[in-house]
Amino acid sequence: MSDTVSAENDAPPVDPNAVAITVNGTPITAQKGELVIAAAERAGVYIPRFCYHPRMSSVGMCRQCMVEIDTGRGPMLQPSCMITVTPDMKVETDSPVAKRAQEGILELLLANHPLDCPVCDKGGECPLQDQAYTHGPGESRYVEAKRNYEKPIPISDHVLLDRERCILCDRCTRFADEVAGDKLIHFIHRGNLTQVNTFPDEPFASYFSGNVVQICPVGALTAKPYRFKARPWDLAQVESTCTTCSVGCRISVHSSRDQVLRHQGVDTGTDSVNWGWLCDRGRFNFEAIDADARLGEPLVRTESGHQPTTWAGALALAKQLIDGADSIGLIGGARSTNEGAFAWARLADALGIDHRDAQLGDGLPASVLGLPRATIDEAANATTVVLVGPDLKEELPVLYLRLRATAEQRRLRIIEVSPASTGMTRYAWRTVAYRPGSPSEVTKALGAADIAEQLAKGDVVVVAGRSNLAESETTAMSVLSAVLAAVPDAKILPALRRGNVVGALELGLAPTDSDHDALATLRRAADGSLDLLVLLGADPLDDCPDTDLARRALAGAGRIISIDTFPSASTRHADLVLPAASFAEQSGTTTNLEGRVTRVTQKVTAHGTSRPDWMIASELAALLGHDIGFASPEAGTALIARTVPAFAAATPAALDEHPAGVVTGPVTGALPAASSADAPPNGYDYRLVVSRKLYDGAVNTAMSPSLAPLAVGAAAHLHPADFDKVGLAEGTEVTLTSTTGSVVLPLHPNANVARGTVWAPFNQPGATVNELVDASAPVTDVRIERLS
Amino acid sequence: MSRLTDANVALAREIIARYPKKKSALIPLVHLSQEQNGYVTEDAMRHVAELVDVTPAEVYGTASFYEMFRFEPTGKYLINICGTMSCALLGAHELMHHAEHTLGVKAGSTTPDGLITLQHAECQAACTEAPTLQVNYRHRYRVTADDFDHLVDDLRSGKLDSEIPPHGTLGRNRQHIPVDRAVGAVHPDDVTSGPVWLEVSPS
Ligand code: SF4
Ligand code: SF4
Ligand code: FES
Repeated sequence: MSDTVSAENDAPPVDPNAVAITVNGTPITAQKGELVIAAAERAGVYIPRFCYHPRMSSVGMCRQCMVEIDTGRGPMLQPSCMITVTPDMKVETDSPVAKRAQEGILELLLANHPLDCPVCDKGGECPLQDQAYTHGPGESRYVEAKRNYEKPIPISDHVLLDRERCILCDRCTRFADEVAGDKLIHFIHRGNLTQVNTFPDEPFASYFSGNVVQICPVGALTAKPYRFKARPWDLAQVESTCTTCSVGCRISVHSSRDQVLRHQGVDTGTDSVNWGWLCDRGRFNFEAIDADARLGEPLVRTESGHQPTTWAGALALAKQLIDGADSIGLIGGARSTNEGAFAWARLADALGIDHRDAQLGDGLPASVLGLPRATIDEAANATTVVLVGPDLKEELPVLYLRLRATAEQRRLRIIEVSPASTGMTRYAWRTVAYRPGSPSEVTKALGAADIAEQLAKGDVVVVAGRSNLAESETTAMSVLSAVLAAVPDAKILPALRRGNVVGALELGLAPTDSDHDALATLRRAADGSLDLLVLLGADPLDDCPDTDLARRALAGAGRIISIDTFPSASTRHADLVLPAASFAEQSGTTTNLEGRVTRVTQKVTAHGTSRPDWMIASELAALLGHDIGFASPEAGTALIARTVPAFAAATPAALDEHPAGVVTGPVTGALPAASSADAPPNGYDYRLVVSRKLYDGAVNTAMSPSLAPLAVGAAAHLHPADFDKVGLAEGTEVTLTSTTGSVVLPLHPNANVARGTVWAPFNQPGATVNELVDASAPVTDVRIERLS
Repeated sequence: MSRLTDANVALAREIIARYPKKKSALIPLVHLSQEQNGYVTEDAMRHVAELVDVTPAEVYGTASFYEMFRFEPTGKYLINICGTMSCALLGAHELMHHAEHTLGVKAGSTTPDGLITLQHAECQAACTEAPTLQVNYRHRYRVTADDFDHLVDDLRSGKLDSEIPPHGTLGRNRQHIPVDRAVGAVHPDDVTSGPVWLEVSPS
C-alpha cells in the first residue's frame, strides 16, 4: 500500500530494546514498545488493517487487525494495532479463529459499502478491495438495503466525500486533528448514521487536505484534480522530490499518456523528511506542468514583439549577447536542479561573472549555510527551537507539520520571534512579538530570565529566515548572533523558501559579498552599468520585494536573457527567452534546506522544445569555447560529488542506496557581524509587514487551475483596534504610501496583526504591495489614506 | 440571535472555570444553549466553540453523538412515546396513532403553534408501567388515550408549568460553586504524580 512505511525499517543488530516474540510459529525480534502489527510486518507477516497508520496514534477503530495473542494466559483475539509486544508473546495471525474474526469484520465493513468499485477512483489501489480479496469471506450474507447518502459532497476546495463508501476508520479525522491541527472534519451523529463531515458551511480548509485522500483506505475521499482522470493500473510512477519549496518532500509522480496526473507523498521510513505528508500546493501544482501558457520554443525580441525562433538561432544570439557584454549579472538558479545550478555556476566562472545570486533580496546572506546545520528531525526533537523567519505554515508547510507535532506534544519548546502572529504562534512556548526594525528590542527579550534559562538547557536549533519582506535581514541575523552567543553549539536550519535555493547557493550561485548579490546586481542594472542580465528562472518583477528597483533594473539593463518555464512579467522585458524544462520533465538532484540531496526524476517529455537548465548551459558553454564538464545529469551529479567538498557523499551510488537522501555538510563561512541598530521612524504612521501566503502569484500556483483561485488577494490588514483609529469601514479601499510608491488596497481587520503595523500578503492578485518596499532601507513605513 | 445571551455567557464562563481544560465544559455549555433556545442552533455551536477554544466541527461532532441534543426547532414540550417491546405489546402503537391524530402532526414533527414535538422513542426503562411516554424526559405511566388528551390539555393550559419546565431545561436550580470551594482539579498535562489513593510504580 502506498501509505505504509517502506520496507527498510532497520533494526540494529544488538539492541537492549529487543523483545523476542513468536509470530505464526517463527521467532522474531521486535522492539520494545513496538506494536504487534508493526513487528509482524517487519518480519514479513502482513496483518490486514484499515485504521492503523504508522505515522498516527493507534485507535483500534476498525477491528480488522484481529489476531490471536498469547501472553501466557492462553490465546485471545486482540486488535494487533493496539497491543505492544511483550517478551515471549505468541502471535497467530492466520489461525482458524483469527481468520474467522478477520473475515467477519470484513463482512461487516462491507455490509453497508456500496461496492461501486467500477466507478470508484480508488478501485485498483483500494485497501478495502484488496483486503476483501485476501482476507475476506468471499461472500456476504447481507441482503438488506444499504445506507444511502447524497453522493459526493465537497468537504473542501480539493476533496470530495462519498459517505456511503466510508468505513469510519478515523484516519482522515485523526489526520486533521493530530497531524494537521485543523480539526475541521469530525465524526458527526451516532451509530449507524455516523458520518465524517464538516460543520455546516465551514469547509475542511486545511493546507494539508489532500493527505486525507491518500490515506483514506477506501474511495470515500477523492481529490477533485484527479477524480476520474485515470485508473490506477493505467498510471506509471516514479519517485522524486517536490521542489516547490525547500522542504523537499519525497513524492511519487504518477502519469498516464505522458501527462502528470497526481503526486502522492512517500514515506521513506527512517530519516524521512515528510513522513508521507504533502502540502496541497506541492500535491496539486502538477497541473502547471502542462498548462497552456508554458513556453515551448525560444523567443527573440523583434520590432513586432517576441517572435519564435530555433534553438540554434537562439543560442547563437545568446553567444552574441554574451560576447558583446563587458559586465554580466546572473540571478536565479534556485528553481533548477543541482546540476542545472552547477552548470550555470561553472559557465559563470568561465565567463568571469561576479554578480550572481540565487536569491532575490528576500533571503539571508549565504554565509548562514556555513554554520552547523540541523536536520528537520533534529529540529523537531530539539529541546528548543528559536524560530525567526517566515510563517512556516505558509512557506514551508511540511516543516511546520513536523515542528508542530512535537511542540504540541510538549516535547519541543518553540520561541517564536515574529512581527505578526503566525500559524505557529498557538504552538509556541514563548512569542516575542517585535516591531520591525527594532532588533535591540528582540535581543533584549531573548535575554529575559525564562528564555535565557530555557536556552541554557542546550540542544537549540535556530530556524532562520525572513519574517518580513519589508524589513532587512537585520533582525534575523541579530537573533542568530544572540542565540549563538548564548548557546555556541546551537545549530541552524535555514528557512529559505525556493525549492533548491540551498543547492544553488552551495554549488556556486552565491554572491561573494553583499556588493555582488541580487539587489546589488539589480542596482547596477538600474544604473545602466550592466550590459547583460541573465535571469535563470527568476522573475524579479513579481518575486523581488522591491518592485521599483526591479522595474528600473529591467529597464536599465543593456540586454536581458531569460530562461524560464512560463512567460512572466520579467520575460516580457527579455531580448531572448529560452524555454526551460519544468519539474517532472528532467532528472537530476536537488538539495533541501537541511542540505539533503535527493533525486528528482523525469516522468514526462519536456514541453515543446524546452530543455533543462544544465543542457542550455552546456550548449552555450560549448559555443563560447568552454566546457561545463558533464553531458548528462547523472554525470553532473558525479562531478558535483567529486569536486564540491560539501557534496562529496552525494554520489549517484549513495543516492540510489538512500532514497531518503544524503545530507551534505555545511560549507564553512563566517557570519557577518549583525548590526543591532534600530531603524528610526520616518514619520509615517504604520510599519509595514509583508509576508507570503501558501497560495500566491507564484507561477506554479497561478498556473494550476485548482490552486489559483485560492490566493487570498491583495489587501492591507490592520489590527481591529487600529481600525477604529483610522475610522474606516471594513473593505474600504485605501491608499498605502511609502517613500518609494503607493498602492491601493482594501482594508481588512485582522487580530493577528500587531497594533501600529499593517500587514500585506506578498505577490497576490489585485495589487503589488512590493511597490512600497525599499530593499535598501531597514524597514518600510506607510501612511494609510482613504481613497478620495 | 441564537448565540448565548450575555447572562448565559457569564454562566458559561463560570462553568468553564470549573474545569482545568476549557474543552471539558463543552457538553454543559451545549446544554445551556439548548436551554436558551429549545434546541442546539448552529450559531450557538459556533459560540460554544469560541468559548471553549475548539472548532465548531468538534462541537457539532460531540453534541450530535448525544440523543438529548436536538438540532431542529423543538416544541416547548417534547413528548417521547416508547415503542419498545413491553409498551408495544400494551398498545404503544395505538397510543402513537391517537397522539398523531389528537395533535394533528406526524411523529417527528412539531405542532404549528410550536408547543409540542412528538417523537418515537426506545425503551424508557419502565417496562412494568407500559405503555409509557415522557414529556421533556418526565415519565408518564400506563398512558391511555384519555390520559394523553388530558396531558395535552394540561400542557396547553399551563397547568403543568410548575412540574415540567420547557424543553432544554435540565433543572430549575443551578449550582453555583464559589471559587474557594471548588475542587481545583489540575490540568491533565500538569499532573506529575498519580492520584493519592493509587500507588504508582516508577516506570
Ligand atoms: S472517509 Fe476514509 S479515512 Fe475518513 S473515516 Fe471514512 S474511510 Fe476512514
Ligand atoms: S512542503 Fe514544500 S516540498 Fe513539501 S509538498 Fe509542500 S511545497 Fe512540496
Ligand atoms: S487496524 Fe487495528 S483496529 Fe483497525
